Amino acid sequence: MFEGIPLTWFLILATVMFFIGIYGFLVRKNLITILMSLELVLNSVNINFVAFNKLLYPQHLEGMFFTMFVVAVAAAEASVAIAIIINIYRRLTNIDVERVDEMKY
Amino acid sequence: MITFSYTVFIVLIPFILFLLLGFFGNKFKPVVSGIIGTTGLFTSFLLSCYTAWQYFFVVPKVGGAFVKLIGYNITWLRFTENLHVDLGVLLDPISVMMLIVITTVSFMVHLYSIGYMKGEKGFERFFAFLSLFSFAMLGLVIATNIFQMYIFWELVGVSSYLLIGFYYEKDTAVAASKKAFIVTRFADLGFLIGILILSVTTKTFDFITLTDPKGPALMQGGSILFMGLSTMTWSMIFVFMGGAGKSAMFPLHIWLPDAMEGPTPVSALIHAATMVVAGVFLVARMFPIYVISAPAALEVVAYVGGFTSLFAAVIACTQFDIKRVLAYSTMSQIGYMMLALGVSGYGGHEGLGYMASMFHLFTHAFFKALLFLGAGAIIHAVHSNYMNEMGGLRKYLPITHATFLIACLAIAGIPPFAGFFSKDEILAAAFEHNKILWAVEYAVAGLTAFYMFRLYFSVFWGKEVHYHHTPHEAPLVMTIPLMLLAAGSIFAGFIPFQNLVTSDGLPFVKEIELSIAIPSVFIALLGIVIATIFYRKETTLPEKLAKGLGGFYRAAFHKFYFDELYLFITKKIIFNHISTPIAWFDRHIVDGGMNGVSFVTNQVSDKIKRFQSGQLQQYAWVFVSGAIALALAFIYYWTL
Repeated sequence: MFEGIPLTWFLILATVMFFIGIYGFLVRKNLITILMSLELVLNSVNINFVAFNKLLYPQHLEGMFFTMFVVAVAAAEASVAIAIIINIYRRLTNIDVERVDEMKY
Repeated sequence: MITFSYTVFIVLIPFILFLLLGFFGNKFKPVVSGIIGTTGLFTSFLLSCYTAWQYFFVVPKVGGAFVKLIGYNITWLRFTENLHVDLGVLLDPISVMMLIVITTVSFMVHLYSIGYMKGEKGFERFFAFLSLFSFAMLGLVIATNIFQMYIFWELVGVSSYLLIGFYYEKDTAVAASKKAFIVTRFADLGFLIGILILSVTTKTFDFITLTDPKGPALMQGGSILFMGLSTMTWSMIFVFMGGAGKSAMFPLHIWLPDAMEGPTPVSALIHAATMVVAGVFLVARMFPIYVISAPAALEVVAYVGGFTSLFAAVIACTQFDIKRVLAYSTMSQIGYMMLALGVSGYGGHEGLGYMASMFHLFTHAFFKALLFLGAGAIIHAVHSNYMNEMGGLRKYLPITHATFLIACLAIAGIPPFAGFFSKDEILAAAFEHNKILWAVEYAVAGLTAFYMFRLYFSVFWGKEVHYHHTPHEAPLVMTIPLMLLAAGSIFAGFIPFQNLVTSDGLPFVKEIELSIAIPSVFIALLGIVIATIFYRKETTLPEKLAKGLGGFYRAAFHKFYFDELYLFITKKIIFNHISTPIAWFDRHIVDGGMNGVSFVTNQVSDKIKRFQSGQLQQYAWVFVSGAIALALAFIYYWTL
């Protein structure tokens, strides 16, 4: 398919991106960076969608549309998340994730 | 056919008034709610008079006797075909007589209260409670079955509680209301047990079946013995316990003197004329059972009544609070009525005691209500309850003075006032059946005259007292009931009760027996003369006599230490040896178990609460590791 690039490569790329995203989500302290890591996770999934769509149903476009949806939802989510982050910044003058623990026990 | 279904309105009108004044009383001006209550009771009074006229003079008699009629009846609780509780109106001579007594006194008290309670806080609440009481008392006397009677019996107790505690901001009033309620409630436990035994034995609640002297109910249970007495006797003794509690018979009398903490019109209505005679009415209602199936229980009634009348009369001679003197006098007079029932037989002239008891109940209601309302007028004028702070009031309160004197003469048994006739019948009945009790009652007649005139002379004659402001006669709305009741106290004795209210409904012939009447008038006059010597002018004689009697006087002054005795029994014995262990069990075993559960929960949750750290990435770690673990598990099992 894809002019000689095997499916495995797409999957490896997506997995690597996914775990980079997870790693960033778990270890970075800056909320913006965490949000960026989350985008990586989402987009790794998008790659999988596109690859499998092309492989399994080349005549259909459902996988593509789903990718569009994910991109749109990710954009909306990013705007909400950034609004929240701005509010946290106003309150704490800081966007360190470890400082955002007002809801603890 | 004459219908009596309208009699249900005699009872319903006060109930509607209670709802109206209770829910909307604060919407009216105070005096308007007073007028509404009084008008309603007046309507009930007129209906009762009409009922009495129809019952006694229009309804045809059967074999010359008054019959028991059911004026109105509904089946209220149907448990089975045979066991059902009805609500209805039973008309017989005593219930019709009681309708007259209750509505008359209640109407007088309503009218009087408009003046007496003027400007008091909770004026409309007072009238609502008075109406509730009238409803309950009327429902009690017209009960067709013992269950209905018990329901209204308790309602009467509740309204008495509410009215004694009317001044609920006063600690003594609150304590008195609780005391009255608890003591009578304790007695009602006996009443309930009596009802249960009776209905199990006779299989009926209905009064007409129960009290039919030839009926099957009275033949039951006579042969079953328990501790030497038949079941019927036991049930009647328990029923009398309820009656003794309500009627303040010894040894359940302790609540009545304290009940005087309530407003004076309440004392007149509830604790003198109507509610306290409910016990007498109960015994009278069950009278055929007492006479035929349980003569031993009737002996108990006679001796308890006789002892109480003497006991209370002695205490009444030593008290200084005018309302308490009247309260003890009430106990003494109710003792008379009980005794009269106790010495009575059934039918004809044998039933003289029964008729005398009802007669005395009737006349007593008039003069005792008059005495209390007069005492209310005195308290209203002087603002004190204590007769040693009064004296020479006859100049300031002429109408009260005259009516009070009439009531004193009536209760002392001086002809031609009402009390003479009824007391004479009681003494005659006692003389025929039991000479010891007759001698006791003869002495009590003298004591009665003495303490009533002690009260009369101390208040209206005696020493001159300087009052803070000049006492003034009560307004017309208060003196009119006094005058009407005084008329009743004079003329009620001439009603031919032997033709109207008898044990078997048949009229009989009775004459005033001079051999009984003359000595009783003589001893009453003796009591009055002694009281005149002691209290007409201020003398030192009473103190000398009190000193001479020494310990006996002190014991009587302290009401023979019965309050202290009851306090000792309840506080020292029951509280220490029964209630304290139960409280310990409750606190340590029951509460301890619950506290243990909550303690463990608290400790565990304290340990695990740190999982909720608020650290977002910690949660994410847990989530991711869980997801990976699940993924690994799936892969492992699928490839297996």
